[in-house]
Amino acid sequence: MHIFEFIRPKDSAGAIAVAAQAKTAQQGADVRFMGGGTTLIDLMKLNVETPARVLDINRLPLDKTELMPDGGLKIGATVRNSDLANHRTVQRDYSVLSQAILQGASAQIRNMATMGGNLLQRTRCVYFRDTAMPCNKREPGTGCPAITGHNRTLAILGASDHCIATNPSDMCVALAVLEATIHIQGPKGSRAVAFADFHLLPGETPHRETVLEAGDLITHVTLPPAVTGSKQVYLKLRDRASYEFALSSAAVVITIASGRITRARIALGGVGTKPWRSPEAEAALTGKPTNDASFRQAAETALRNAKPQSENKFKIELAKRCLTHALRTAAAS
Amino acid sequence: MSDDDPKSRPPSPTRRKFLLTSGSGVAASLVAAYVPAFAKGAAEESDSAATNAGPNLEGAVPITLRINGKEHSLRVDPRTTLLDCIRETVTLTGTKKGCDHGQCGACTVHVNGRRVLSCLNLALMHDGEEITTVEGLGTPDAMHPMQASFLACDAYQCGYCTSGQIMSAVALLREPCGPDDGSVKELMSGNICRCGAYANIVDAIQQVRKRA
Repeated sequence: MHIFEFIRPKDSAGAIAVAAQAKTAQQGADVRFMGGGTTLIDLMKLNVETPARVLDINRLPLDKTELMPDGGLKIGATVRNSDLANHRTVQRDYSVLSQAILQGASAQIRNMATMGGNLLQRTRCVYFRDTAMPCNKREPGTGCPAITGHNRTLAILGASDHCIATNPSDMCVALAVLEATIHIQGPKGSRAVAFADFHLLPGETPHRETVLEAGDLITHVTLPPAVTGSKQVYLKLRDRASYEFALSSAAVVITIASGRITRARIALGGVGTKPWRSPEAEAALTGKPTNDASFRQAAETALRNAKPQSENKFKIELAKRCLTHALRTAAAS
Repeated sequence: MSDDDPKSRPPSPTRRKFLLTSGSGVAASLVAAYVPAFAKGAAEESDSAATNAGPNLEGAVPITLRINGKEHSLRVDPRTTLLDCIRETVTLTGTKKGCDHGQCGACTVHVNGRRVLSCLNLALMHDGEEITTVEGLGTPDAMHPMQASFLACDAYQCGYCTSGQIMSAVALLREPCGPDDGSVKELMSGNICRCGAYANIVDAIQQVRKRA
């Protein structure tokens, strides 16, 4: 691990002022905010991340989960994943979020990992994590050995000729269907970013993963008021029963009236270069009867543009069955 | 643990002390070869480990950790993980280093009563906080019920993952967890046992939960 200066800022403004001196908030940032440390310290040990300054934000007042006057929920950036998953309101009104978090990582990691940190979770692509290998995400312009190499777990949606790395987060898949908003404080003031706009596709710049600029601090996330009567399921398929990243996952929030789906929100995990919301599948499902034919049709639509890598053609069918089963389970609940 | 009990052992050096002593000559020559100038202070201070201090270590930061009820005023390199601080600086070696990347759970300790992976935390992040390691749970003469249950159920083979398993299991008692074995397995999935003692580990935990 490279040496760094450890700073505990007194307030958000102080943290932002230091971070604003960085050249970037993306890969290779020379200033990093430290939340739970579960991604950052791991990558610092691998020398994938080498910040000169680390800002510990764990003691800033960003650790509350609060009901908002409009009926929505405000979740602070340093709220621990385990606290959020076990929060009574989340379990009752946003259960897809609770389910997703509890199927991710382990109890210890969920006790450490934060809301803000999980939004910025990095890919598990083995080439990204190994500084002896080329990687366009880690070192722009060096190439992507994953395209011809080990890519069984990598993306079938949203990949480019430059990067096929999967976004590994479970929590983010749930936030996508809940249509969360990410609140950011930066050197130029505050702004709110819709969840769908927060993560970027790799394109020709896979080292840019989010809209964050130098000095931007995620302060909190808000969820709109819960959809009354909605049925919510997060289904995760993986190589072992627990403590493993998704090969495919599906988050669904559906509302049913008179045997037909009146509203659908659908996102996939483990298959995309970002948390993969599918407006096409949502449109395909809306107005349809709650039967397997409708669910399978939605799944076919969601995966229509999927492009397999050399080792993971199976993920296309796996993702379809994952989404179909999640919808079936939600409808029957 | 019984290595340190004078009643059960002849007055000979413990395995750990023996290895430390016999290896020191080799270690010194290696250290001289590749340790960067920054860290040389720490290497030279190793004989005074009992004071838990590296007073001449350039860039070291003072912190206070409360470990198992005892306050430790330390100076640590900012890069020091909580795990390395506990094992190397405070020399409580019950907490084990397995993968050092958050994949095995051997390093599990409690911070303010909650289980975390000490390998993915910096010691500096826990200035002033309450740390509990396996040494703080019980002693060979007065074991924590979970330690006694692991012993009674033969819930280990080589024992390397055991302190992490026990720290997780004790924390699990305070967490939302269904009554069935499946719920226990799910909440213990962050602790890998390469010997495969899982069935007995689940038994040990369930016995404590049934008695509680």
